[in-house]
Amino acid sequence: MTDALLKLSGVHTHIGEYHILQGVDLAVPRGGLAVLLGRNGAGKTTTLRTVMGLWQASAGKVEFNGRDISKLRTPDIAQAGIAYVPESMAVFSALTVRENLYLAARNGPMDTARLEWIFSFFPALKKFWNYPAGNLSGGQKQMVAIARAIIEPRELLLIDEPTKGLAPAIIQNLADAIRQLKGQTTVLLVEQNFSFVRQLGDTVAVMDDGRIVHSGAMADLAADRALQERLLGLALDSHQ
Amino acid sequence: MPSVPRDYIPMLLVPALMLAMLPLVGSMPTWVTLTVAGLAMGMMIFIMSSGLTLVFGLMDVLNFGHGAFVSVGAFAATLVLVPMQGWIEADSLGQNLAALGLAIAMAMAVTAALGWVFERVIIMPVYGQHLKQILITMGGMIVVEQMIHVVWGADHLPMPLPAGLRGAFVVGDAAIEKYRLLAVAVGLLVFLVLTLVLNRTKLGLLIRAGVENGEMVEALGYRIRRLFVAVFAAGSALAGLGGVMWGLYKETLTASMGGEVMVMVFITIIIGGLGSVGGCFIGALLMALTANYAGFLAPKLALVSHIVLMIAILLWRPAGLSRK
Repeated sequence: MTDALLKLSGVHTHIGEYHILQGVDLAVPRGGLAVLLGRNGAGKTTTLRTVMGLWQASAGKVEFNGRDISKLRTPDIAQAGIAYVPESMAVFSALTVRENLYLAARNGPMDTARLEWIFSFFPALKKFWNYPAGNLSGGQKQMVAIARAIIEPRELLLIDEPTKGLAPAIIQNLADAIRQLKGQTTVLLVEQNFSFVRQLGDTVAVMDDGRIVHSGAMADLAADRALQERLLGLALDSHQ
Repeated sequence: MPSVPRDYIPMLLVPALMLAMLPLVGSMPTWVTLTVAGLAMGMMIFIMSSGLTLVFGLMDVLNFGHGAFVSVGAFAATLVLVPMQGWIEADSLGQNLAALGLAIAMAMAVTAALGWVFERVIIMPVYGQHLKQILITMGGMIVVEQMIHVVWGADHLPMPLPAGLRGAFVVGDAAIEKYRLLAVAVGLLVFLVLTLVLNRTKLGLLIRAGVENGEMVEALGYRIRRLFVAVFAAGSALAGLGGVMWGLYKETLTASMGGEVMVMVFITIIIGGLGSVGGCFIGALLMALTANYAGFLAPKLALVSHIVLMIAILLWRPAGLSRK
């Protein structure tokens, strides 16, 4: 097994009376791009929120860099080096693009070279730099959300369904951007869109009913149509 | 670069209302007096409301005890004003203002400290539970009012204006009370400082971002709980400042004075748009001006002018002036 930057062992999460995560075991290799697939309601978003401490694990352990973070508060987890792009994007709509990124740069002024690197794959951000983020399109908001997560180097980037509701042209742009991030940081990407992630992922885990039901190399899943259909079923067909 | 759409309509409401009332009032001196008085009252309401709108917007806390900080601020000011009676009665405006400044500093320090304790002891156990917040903060206000009775007694306490702020300037045929000009100046200063802090500092950005999505602020690595406490204490201090200004305006203090203005304060933050300092500013001015003009033109209507204004604005913009 390669060195895991993030490791979940037997993680359970309850939300109110609902038992959402039912013993999740997941390892995200350092330096790679891991994909978490699954249908709606499988527990993918809950997994990311549990890693971020936005929902507390009721049992099990979340380790980041070998350190147990399952009892830490969200700000401490973020300060440990994990950046999060939520499914809702959660850009601060009353703030400009610049202010959104400025706020995410915790350690001081934004690094100009890094900003130019971000503009190289998200040029729209430069164009709308002083524009309220709430007035941007869905794709542009997604760019703000991702840029905010990478404005400073972080060890791990959690991205939740970035293609949701976006036009195909924007999705291709996002794929190019995420490809740029590979090698710069470790990524855990949650998706339902298999055709989007098959070209990006190094490893893949598939969730169903709050458990990991498959994990392995993306290349193996991409090459095995029978396995895809067994694990992903109709969801796969709809995206191919 | 695309142009940023700005919402100018709420900003134009105050001057539009003032100009529209000129022909109805009929007399320029009367209109000037009514308008300055309305602006002064509006500024004092704004000062008392601005902290509450931030607290509600950022922390989602319905603090029905906010009025307690208004009362405590006014009474705390007497801790300075009484011993400095000589400066208050002096002929020098500088000495008058210095004593008043110290009284305001005392009031804001006491109410900020009280706000910090209030948040820790009363608010913290009921985050996210609105009904309990209403009950416990109202209970907190009753306790604080009774504590004021214990410390300062149950009788009304006189709070005379400093000598230099008594009387009025006469401009043409219009009389403009000196203290009202000071209230307008202090209100504008508070608005300016809040606007600068909220728009030009990282702390302000964090508050604005926290009003919109506190969870995401935490996911960026900031401890929003600390921000909550700081904003609550600052909001309480602003209420304390408002209490001093209101107390000097009324020239008499009672323990229930804060509770009595809470209806106006709540109407202001609702019509302004919860969480918006700019909306709160415009809302307070509109409310006070409307009450003043209505009081002159149709005295019976003045009793319901606040409610009529709120209904009209919410029918037009259900989430308040600051939100389309």
